[in-house]
Amino acid sequence: MTRALVSPRNLLVGALLALLALVPVYAQAVGNLYLLSLFTRIVILAMAAVSLNLIMGFGGLVSFGHAAYIGIGGYMVGILGYEGISSGLVQWPLALAASALIALVIGAFSLRTRGVYFIMITLAFAQMIYYVGVGLDRYGGDDGLSIDRRSQFGGLLNLSNRTVFYYLCFVLLLATVYLVWRLVNSRFGLVIQGARSNDRRMRAIGFPTYRYRLVCFVIAGTICGLAGVLLANHTDFISPAMMHWTRSGDLIVMAVLGGMGSVLGPVVGAVAFLLFEEVLADITEHWQIIMGPLLLAVVLFARGGLDGMLASLSRG
Amino acid sequence: MAEALLQIDGLAKRFGGVVASDRITLAVPQGELHAIIGPNGAGKTTLIGQLTGEITPDAGRIRFAGTDITSAPAHRRSLLGLARSFQITSLFLDFTALDNVALAVQAHAGHSFRFWRNARSESSLREPARKALARVGLADRADAPVANMSHGEHRQLEIAMALATAPRMLLLDEPMAGMGPEESQRMVATLRELKRELTILLVEHDMEAVFALADRITVLVYGRVIASDTPAAVRANAEVRQAYLGEQEAVTGHG
Repeated sequence: MTRALVSPRNLLVGALLALLALVPVYAQAVGNLYLLSLFTRIVILAMAAVSLNLIMGFGGLVSFGHAAYIGIGGYMVGILGYEGISSGLVQWPLALAASALIALVIGAFSLRTRGVYFIMITLAFAQMIYYVGVGLDRYGGDDGLSIDRRSQFGGLLNLSNRTVFYYLCFVLLLATVYLVWRLVNSRFGLVIQGARSNDRRMRAIGFPTYRYRLVCFVIAGTICGLAGVLLANHTDFISPAMMHWTRSGDLIVMAVLGGMGSVLGPVVGAVAFLLFEEVLADITEHWQIIMGPLLLAVVLFARGGLDGMLASLSRG
Repeated sequence: MAEALLQIDGLAKRFGGVVASDRITLAVPQGELHAIIGPNGAGKTTLIGQLTGEITPDAGRIRFAGTDITSAPAHRRSLLGLARSFQITSLFLDFTALDNVALAVQAHAGHSFRFWRNARSESSLREPARKALARVGLADRADAPVANMSHGEHRQLEIAMALATAPRMLLLDEPMAGMGPEESQRMVATLRELKRELTILLVEHDMEAVFALADRITVLVYGRVIASDTPAAVRANAEVRQAYLGEQEAVTGHG
């Protein structure tokens, strides 16, 4: 399947990525540091949405507990920092390993169910992890915990430099997009998509689909754990709120809004969703009243999300 | 003494008060095209379900190629060489025809924990898939999205996917269901071609096709085998005529 490289869709998505790359330059030129902070958050959550879309869009499994991994990644950074271990070379691998392990446990149970049950069981696990966070009195419980020092990488990277940190997040987002893109077109990716399309047939032609889905679930959770690591470093703060179930819902909305059919869709969705939120929240505190109908319109009239809409424009 | 490729012994399954499989014993030797017929509700679908691993029998044993598969999961049966087509077309609608068949090839080409290379450009998957498509006459439809293909083409594609797994035996669940006469004829031609190389178990309502193709026919009524013989003998069997063929005589009479 060859698609024209130069199409309105690709030009627009390319322009979006170029704009994201230029955010620090612009923010510095106009001296608007809030803008840089906002876009750092957008890039991090875009990464989480891309990872969710791997299992939801390509695997057909609607996980309603994906924010749990943001929490796990974030808490590993926060807790290790609080206990005096602020080296990123220790924090980050441990955070990813913890995310992977917990995704393995959650996936092993939840992937035995389908449909609504899968949604409910992933939500239930995420709620359990949320309340573990609330119960961690030593680390601030409900109130959360400030992080005094961002992850240290010696002389290599200074995460306290906002521009450096933004570009680190941006490069990691691009790497995630590339990784997921390779993944969905590989043998592994075709098995995942085949199981979404027709699991029974997959088993009949000889695929033990459960183990492929489980590995996919773990990969998605691990990437999302990385987003959590970044988010904790960005806000210098962890609290159970970062893994509240409404955040899992936000991630689903980003993927649906942007388009579940493509790897980059959730990036488009995250940018659109968080900018809408920002702009609309300025107008009214009940910004969801406007966001709701917008989402409804996208679901009803643009099945492939914003990115799908652009792609169909490209086809003419 | 050689064992039959597929050996079913005393297979029993009941759903509540309904006996769907009543101690079915059946052997399909290598190279045979064995047809199973029976009126609606005779238990054909239950039998197929037990052979493919989607229904667990209450009692009895199924051996395939010398291995007991009575409780083996569906994917393992496929890997042993027992391929099936579905009565209701069951394809990957959002893929192309070639993608569908290539996926079946991939299932039998080692594990799929390969995360990097583009699977759609692997000739070791695409070439065998193209060959399987050619065998069922769909060579020129390789890049068509499955959702855009006709019902008859879907049925042919079902067979191509089963073939692509390089099976020792095909289980075909009503491959002619819903086909027009012209499409049926093409399917009969395809099956006649396949039967030269493969052992086939065919469940089919189209009597003309069954009597034209089968080496042996088993008649199932209320979950019980009432006859298992050559087409000529089955046609002459009084019990079969009474239980089943009476209503079909017009068709089989000039078959």
